[in-house]
Amino acid sequence: MTALTLTNVNKSFGPVHVLKDINIEINDGEFVVFVGPSGCGKSTLLRVIAGLEDASSGDVHIGEDLVNTTPPSKRGIAMVFQSYALYPHLNVRKNMSLALKQEKKSKDVIEERVSEASRMLDLSDYLDRYPSELSGGQRQRVAIGRAIVRHPKLFLFDEPLSNLDAALRMNTRIEIANLHSALSASMIYVTHDQTEAMTLADKIVVLRDGRVEQVGSPMELYNNPTNQFVAGFLGSPAMNFLRGELLGEQGDHTIGIRPEDLIVVPNGHLAVQVRHVEELGGETNVVAEVSGTPVTIRLFGQSEIRPGDTLHIDVPQERRYRFSTTGERL
Amino acid sequence: MNKARSNPLNTAAMHVALITYTLIALFPVFVILINSFKSRKAIFRDPLALPNSESFSLIGYQTVLKQGDFFLYFQNSFLVTVGSLFFILLFGAMAAFALSEYRFKGNTLMGLYLALGIMIPIRIGTVAILDMMVATGLVNTLWALILVYTAQGLPLAVFILSEFMRGVSDDLKNAGRIDGLSEYAIFFKLALPLVRPAMATVAVFNMIPIWNDLWFPLILAPAEETKTLTLGSQVFIGQFVTNWNAVLSALSMAIIPVLVLYVIFSRQLIRGITSGAVK
Repeated sequence: MTALTLTNVNKSFGPVHVLKDINIEINDGEFVVFVGPSGCGKSTLLRVIAGLEDASSGDVHIGEDLVNTTPPSKRGIAMVFQSYALYPHLNVRKNMSLALKQEKKSKDVIEERVSEASRMLDLSDYLDRYPSELSGGQRQRVAIGRAIVRHPKLFLFDEPLSNLDAALRMNTRIEIANLHSALSASMIYVTHDQTEAMTLADKIVVLRDGRVEQVGSPMELYNNPTNQFVAGFLGSPAMNFLRGELLGEQGDHTIGIRPEDLIVVPNGHLAVQVRHVEELGGETNVVAEVSGTPVTIRLFGQSEIRPGDTLHIDVPQERRYRFSTTGERL
Repeated sequence: MNKARSNPLNTAAMHVALITYTLIALFPVFVILINSFKSRKAIFRDPLALPNSESFSLIGYQTVLKQGDFFLYFQNSFLVTVGSLFFILLFGAMAAFALSEYRFKGNTLMGLYLALGIMIPIRIGTVAILDMMVATGLVNTLWALILVYTAQGLPLAVFILSEFMRGVSDDLKNAGRIDGLSEYAIFFKLALPLVRPAMATVAVFNMIPIWNDLWFPLILAPAEETKTLTLGSQVFIGQFVTNWNAVLSALSMAIIPVLVLYVIFSRQLIRGITSGAVK
């Protein structure tokens, strides 16, 4: 069963072509993350799925139903916004029950669903508070609760963690993952943060300039990127890109190598100058330079390397990714 | 904390300036008030003196209450002001919402067109307006005034409110759409409460000129039963003799309702600002 099918979806704002021929299929119960740099059209795509924007052409199916002209409230979706978007004049209980009231659900059903959602999200003590009396994390949980009570076929998350601080972000991320396994509902999650994408997703869709660059599981994308963009976008620190001739290869292709795959050895055949050392305790990132090209080396544990040192590194053959001048994987 | 602020000289200068301004602004009102409680002779003998046991007289108020249908005028003014404000705020906010929320061809042009009225005084069109009112049979009705004042107030209202409407979070409106609220429900339940301070500003801006206007009541609704307070007070101003007692008393009483309305709106203003801060 598919939860969502997008067929040749295009979207233009006047002369600006934002989404270009998007084809995506999402299976029931999948957690799909749309990831890409700002302005790549990922939020627009989510809004097209939600029905907040109309696609200029192409079809959107949710489940088996064609929903091109269905209003958002009838699509069987629920959405969580980056800015929480809670109704400021309603308390938590009413915020959560508004949609059900609009659907003319009976009082018992509303009561039951609200208490179920508030139990899942630890909100039972806050039902009578107003959004202005809650902390950021609580507000985001209310926003998630507002989505849960509707029992939607598809959850849409629009950068839900961007407004939270780092510690809270990690907690909420785990909560969302738990929620996904508890509800076994299909979820679409938009983010520009590749850590969130890697940790949450069953399937990642990488977008750039309104085009789908690659679709696959996190490890598929990490280990087997189809082009230089995907290779550079996933992974932190990002993949190094070196000209082929630096490593003694023929042709004008680019060689990509992950920072953790570089090996520092006394007789390594690439000499690099260390410019900067980031010590994180558990690992050390060394930022070096070879004839103007920056190279990041990731070492585990702590290290004695200092800026100004010259290091000799090895670039293992089997770890090299080769890209053509147009960025395609060779 | 702030050095410039805690400097006593600066504080004193600031207060002197503000107090001077307040005195200048309040002085005419003060003169009107004290003279409305004096006999005619006392007004002319010493216009700036406070009423004392000798000069105190309620003759002005008695004249006003006896002569002319003062309470009817009062009621007319009130109906016209409140009615016009209601329509200005309703239609102004709706137009502002549409302009800021919906993308359609000519959106910007429409906004400019609606704002054009700010620069063109409506009184230029008085003759045409009178023609229309005669043709539609609205002359000498309060509706004539309400319609004209609504037209007069809308441009500024649309201009100010559309700025504020743009500030209402898109996510909030979209959340409402996903929850199944109609566009009207989104407008009335989500957008309007959030632009309330701006609405209060627009209301205050429009209220006072409407309340004080003499021009349109004189031209469009001069009949006895539709006279407004300002027009009604004119009966005491003659070409040769002016009944100053009555004029001053009428003016003093005319201040009260606007004052009440202003207090109501300004409280909205303050409440709106603080509720925005905690959000």
